[in-house]
Amino acid sequence: MSDNPLDRYEPVIGLEVHTHLKTESKLFSPAPVRYGDAPNHDVHPIDLGMPGVLPVLNEKVIGLAIRLGLATHSTVNTRSVFARKNYFYPDLPKGYQISQYEEPVVSDGWIEIEVPVKGSGKKRGAETVTKRIGVTRAHLEEDAGKSIHDVALSASEGTHIDLNRAGVPLLEIVSEPDLRSSVEASAYLRALRSILRYIEVSDADMEKGQFRCDANVSLRLRGSSEFGTRTEIKNLNSFANVEGAIEAEIVRQSEILDDGGEIQQATMGFDVNRQRTRILRLKENADDYRYFDDPDLIPLLIDEELIEVVRADLPELPEQKRERFEQEYGLPGETTAILVTSRRLADFFENCARACNAPKAAANWIARDLRQELNERNLAVDETRLEPDALASLIRLVEEGRLTTKSARELLPELVEAGGDPQAMMEERGLEAVSDTGMIDEWVTTVIGGNAAAVESVRGGDDKPLNFLMGQVMKAAGGKANPGEVRKRLVEMIRGDG
Amino acid sequence: MLALCAMSRITREDVERTADLARLSLSKDEIEAMTHELGQILDHVEQLQALDTEGIEPTAHAIPLATPLRPDRASPGIDPDLAVANAPASDGHAFVVPKVIDGEEG
Amino acid sequence: MKLESLEGQRAALDASEVSSVELVESALVRAEGAGADLGAIVGLRAEAALAAAAGSDARRRAGELRSPLEGAPVVLKDNMVQKGEPTTCASRILESFVSPYDGAMAERLEAAGAIILGRANMDEFAMGSTTENSTFGPARNPWDTSRTTGGSSGGSAVAVSAGITGFSLGSDTGGSIRQPASFCGVVGMKPTYGRVSRWGLVAFASSLDQIGPFTHSAREAAWVLEAIAGHDPRDSTSLPEPAPALESALTGDVKGLRIGLPREYFVDQGAEPGVVEAVRGAVSELESAGAKVVEVALPHTPYVVSTYYLVATAEASSNLARFDGVRYGRRAENVKDLDEMYRRSRSEGFGREVKRRILLGTYVLSAGYFDAYYRKAQQVRTLVRGDFDRAFEACDVIVGPTYPEVAFPIGARMDDPVSLYLGDIYTVSANLAGLPGISVPCGQHQGMPVGMQILGRPLDEATLLRVADAFQRRTDHHEHRPPGSP
Ligand SMILES: [Mg+2]
Ligand SMILES: [Zn+2]
Repeated sequence: MSDNPLDRYEPVIGLEVHTHLKTESKLFSPAPVRYGDAPNHDVHPIDLGMPGVLPVLNEKVIGLAIRLGLATHSTVNTRSVFARKNYFYPDLPKGYQISQYEEPVVSDGWIEIEVPVKGSGKKRGAETVTKRIGVTRAHLEEDAGKSIHDVALSASEGTHIDLNRAGVPLLEIVSEPDLRSSVEASAYLRALRSILRYIEVSDADMEKGQFRCDANVSLRLRGSSEFGTRTEIKNLNSFANVEGAIEAEIVRQSEILDDGGEIQQATMGFDVNRQRTRILRLKENADDYRYFDDPDLIPLLIDEELIEVVRADLPELPEQKRERFEQEYGLPGETTAILVTSRRLADFFENCARACNAPKAAANWIARDLRQELNERNLAVDETRLEPDALASLIRLVEEGRLTTKSARELLPELVEAGGDPQAMMEERGLEAVSDTGMIDEWVTTVIGGNAAAVESVRGGDDKPLNFLMGQVMKAAGGKANPGEVRKRLVEMIRGDG
Repeated sequence: MLALCAMSRITREDVERTADLARLSLSKDEIEAMTHELGQILDHVEQLQALDTEGIEPTAHAIPLATPLRPDRASPGIDPDLAVANAPASDGHAFVVPKVIDGEEG
Repeated sequence: MKLESLEGQRAALDASEVSSVELVESALVRAEGAGADLGAIVGLRAEAALAAAAGSDARRRAGELRSPLEGAPVVLKDNMVQKGEPTTCASRILESFVSPYDGAMAERLEAAGAIILGRANMDEFAMGSTTENSTFGPARNPWDTSRTTGGSSGGSAVAVSAGITGFSLGSDTGGSIRQPASFCGVVGMKPTYGRVSRWGLVAFASSLDQIGPFTHSAREAAWVLEAIAGHDPRDSTSLPEPAPALESALTGDVKGLRIGLPREYFVDQGAEPGVVEAVRGAVSELESAGAKVVEVALPHTPYVVSTYYLVATAEASSNLARFDGVRYGRRAENVKDLDEMYRRSRSEGFGREVKRRILLGTYVLSAGYFDAYYRKAQQVRTLVRGDFDRAFEACDVIVGPTYPEVAFPIGARMDDPVSLYLGDIYTVSANLAGLPGISVPCGQHQGMPVGMQILGRPLDEATLLRVADAFQRRTDHHEHRPPGSP
């Protein structure tokens, strides 16, 4: 048997994502939705499950649910029902969670993800294909509070319960088991997060717990069409953990299957330090949530008209934007994929492209150089001092040959951190490329004299050594010659027009 | 229909499993008595199976209403002192329960 | 008119013959005497009530009356919260609970100028029809203290019957206002589902629970209902309709009104002959006032009790899950872990009837049984509602006994849940169908009061009260007082 379980088994993965909705107040209470406050400072008696309290639905979540439904090509159900999911847990104040069960607000949709072509690995820039992943359903539910297990320096022994998060509105988005690898799983999560942010349904900040993922994983023999027994890995809170946990679970399950064992239905946890999954709880018939329609709430009815109003108001989605960028600006797929990762980056690109009138250059600068600066600083594009107009003027200087790419790259970090006017910076620091033909001719003459073989090839009609000769001239010029001018003079002087 | 009519009487094990779900601990005698009493009630309730309800919509609410909605406006939570005033155990403003073992969650 | 009735209190206050403070003082004395002896009152807020009464007297002097309830003392069933006051639901599990927020009833009564005196005894979590299942001990019927008050709002019924307060509030999930009203010889009304806000009412079965008044007369019930009814945006099941004007509907005229007598209430599932006789007498009285009697059919009557107990216990099992010893309420001591904390706190905190109903409700919702029990019951609920829709095409109100018998001895039904449950046959339908219902004293049997139940169309409290008032204008059953009355 080969070492790689993926040669024998095909993973079948479905994801359940819980995402916090962007609201001021909670799903069923007027308490504020805030992060990082002291325990039980953002609670209403409703969130405490006090005797006699009753839920009333937050109007805003309806529009948000419709948006998510439309953005995932789903059906927005004109009738949906709130049900009680009954179980005991100290951070679940009422002994039940108000959720949707048989009749969710959104069902039967899909989103597209980009996955690497087989064999091209997962390195960046690899060739990709588009794959459609089914969205089974999305339902509204309330979040639970937080159990704080290790309370350092506290007077008491036990677990602390903070209900600030209890009642925060969630959409639980459940995918079909259409994902076939950890890479596809994280691509799906990224695509979903990007959609949620585009349509301003959720900030989906994983660090704040606003975007959480459970993964259902099973294996089947390659070629088989039946599903194997699945396990559910709970509470994966970063893309790396999602990938790591799925990979670890694939290994764990394949080892059991290879030994002739059977997979037990279970709830799994992921040990980040050891990169291993472990069984938290076997799924016995003890999981009896006794769902029934919440008698305190009336079914949620949504007007077709409202759906149309929301549809008209829906912003351009990442996939639509990508298509448009490819057509309108003639950009390659790898670049557009990066540009549309966030609406802010895409908007930045379009503003910059318009200002410099060089969309391809703008796309390259943003997708490569700027993105690297942002990644290094862990910043979003609108969290820097760099304005689209400033980057446009930098690009224009390069396009006009007044600034070499090298010099421009040197200016970028400063522009990101402190802002400023690229032209003024260039002039102040004497970075402007030399366009004086006399100077350039002098450098060109020297280089032609010292590289006879290359010069001969060029004269014979081969353009390839030109780049080498260009490099030599630029070196002689200390990087500050106008590259367009240099190239022009090289050709003229070698091919005898000058 | 037949299958429903022939539903078996509630057993001790059923009562134990149900008490588990409801987080009630019952003594042996209590289980015995409850099995008997619940059995009596369920026997009576069995009469409903004689009614043909094929195609009848279930009623969850007696009065049909449109979904009432609340505008998304936040008001401050209650005084945290008051939030925990009834708590059998608290630390600062957090409720305290016996140590939860990881993975107990439903 | 005497001071024990709301109407008498109002007249005396208006004539400056008495002050609200004086009314409260004497109510407090009565509550501590007869109220305690009868097990009716489980908590008093003397100081706060006296202060509120002084405020009411000041308003009255300034000519700023808030409502017909201005200055009148009232007790709440101990399942309605008031900020800073205990609410126990007559359960050990809530023995030390103090509400951090105000319920709708506390707010509405205060806004109406009424004086909340304290809390009335009840069956634990409103589960029962005798007010015996109480951590405070049983309530006793003022007409015969060896007998039960009915329940679950027994304490509230006694408060009015024994002349402690002129009116009180109870909650009715399957008859818990109407049946004790019948047993104690007072008027008790369950409004249309959604008419009165449930905000601050500790839930038993959310889709059935409804708050309503106990009084001596239909007129007084109209005053109270006008004060407590109306839309509350905090309750999703609250009807958007404004509170109805009820007193103006009390014309005394029932000419041409069609009274439906369900044959099932008088024949097939018949009540005790003495009870039927009293109700028939009352119907004749209404006929002689010009009402027409028609026979109607409620064919699903034999199934309503089963349906009710399935729906009510299922909802209750979930509603009572919050009593877990984490945020409030009783927590068992010396527990070794979380699981034991849950189990022991709940087992020590809940009484036997509550545990039985939690178990039944949990069972009927659990995997494999849901469709056969809970869903089936919801479907039958639709059929029951259909019965009433059809019946109300032929009549304007439906009249029958409130309960098949008069108050029985305390302890008599403790070990026979099924036969006790079956007594609810006439009352639970109104809860299943969401209809308004009222019980009005209409005679006696074995020296105990008999109640006549009048059921109406949804939202048609006005007609119910008009019929009840017309009856009371022609009869004096509601003026009979139990022995030992003030
Ligand atoms: Mg889930
Ligand atoms: Zn969920």
